[in-house]
Amino acid sequence: MTTFIVILLSAVFVNNYVLTRFLGICPFLGVSKKLDSAVGMSLAVIFVMLMATAATWPIQTFLLTPNNLDYLQTIVFILVIAALVQLVEIVLKRYVPSLHQSLGVYLPLITTNCAVLGVTILNITENYTFAESMVNSLGSGLGFMLAMVMFSGVRSKLEGADIPESFKGLPVTLVAASITSLSFLGFGGVVENMFPV
Amino acid sequence: MNEILIAVIPVVIIGIVCGAVLAIASKVMAVKEDERFPAVRDCLPGANCGACGFAGCDGYAKALCEDPSTPANLCIPGAAGVAKQLGEVLGVEVADVAAQKAVVHCSGSCGHTQDKVVYSGIESCAAAKLLYGGKGSCTFGCLGLGDCAAVCPENAITIRDGVACVSAADCIGCGMCTKACPNRLIALLPATETVVVACSNRDKGAATRKVCDVGCIGCRKCEKACPSGAIKVTGNVARIDYEKCTGCGACAEVCTTKCIVKR
Repeated sequence: MTTFIVILLSAVFVNNYVLTRFLGICPFLGVSKKLDSAVGMSLAVIFVMLMATAATWPIQTFLLTPNNLDYLQTIVFILVIAALVQLVEIVLKRYVPSLHQSLGVYLPLITTNCAVLGVTILNITENYTFAESMVNSLGSGLGFMLAMVMFSGVRSKLEGADIPESFKGLPVTLVAASITSLSFLGFGGVVENMFPV
Repeated sequence: MNEILIAVIPVVIIGIVCGAVLAIASKVMAVKEDERFPAVRDCLPGANCGACGFAGCDGYAKALCEDPSTPANLCIPGAAGVAKQLGEVLGVEVADVAAQKAVVHCSGSCGHTQDKVVYSGIESCAAAKLLYGGKGSCTFGCLGLGDCAAVCPENAITIRDGVACVSAADCIGCGMCTKACPNRLIALLPATETVVVACSNRDKGAATRKVCDVGCIGCRKCEKACPSGAIKVTGNVARIDYEKCTGCGACAEVCTTKCIVKR
């Protein structure tokens, strides 16, 4: 149990995908303007991360590793995740239209988002079991959501701020993102010390 | 050669499997689009004004297709023509659309009222309103910076002599301007109505008179003159009940400050 909690907490805080690993920066900057779209995007990311891990972990363990095809990992994962997301979209549209309405716009955007691809590959390199991989994906998704929600709050403050002309728009957003990211470096080592192994 | 094949074949197989699954899924689980949707959408004018209460013309067309209880006469810019077309496409009876036009309940042009301050801030009524209720001495009147003109999809509103003027010929009755005006001076009226109280000042008569020559002072002459009892002074300003108004114009004739006008 402790292992799962450690994996979950370190995925959310210590190894936050956006703010410490710098993966998934594109949606982080692109969709964080409003809180509701940030939440929608994050929910879609959590969903896709879990689905992708559930699909790629067996492929790696039972197909690629036994046949010494580890070097095909990246291309196979991209292929599988892309097809999976498309399939999920079709299924959702048919059977759960309300969920499709709320996730719909964001699903194709994250088809092969680097955070999604990153989590599946890191699950393999960390030698996680299937259950550990799923927990790690959930934690990574939650960490992505945390970063998105926090940063949409920061951006709504920026909108009303008096910013020098040359810093308006993306420059000040990047400065704010770097300061938010700095704050997350403070979590380094916290989880390891909370649960001494 | 063998090593290349070992790499290529699994990827190709996975690709083919994925492609086949997707192709089958998109056939099996295809969602039927309502075939009436394009026809319905084509009937609508496409101004996306939102007067129907839906998110643009697409939203209204979708609602019409999916929910049969949606009235087909909500498109005000399209008026009776569009309602009739929609009725034919959807196969339902449609009640007539009452054409509506925007009217401005203020006539305090530069000649009739004065400025109390020189305003040099942002050129927007909403911003000016925040600063002591605007530059004019009357805080109820037209701010004259054209927030209504800016949102009008037909460019039917112009600021003439400090007051917004609606060109009835161009107005499609979408009501965007009624929401844009921070003083809520603009209202939609049935196009057939001709008598308008062009003032919204709710101050007492003496106070109104100080700030504007053509303000409603609440003298109630119009109330007495109206043969059908359609006009009432409420909150120090005359208001016409258009259910009762016959458009005779008796009120406009007796109005002390000529703030009731017959178009």
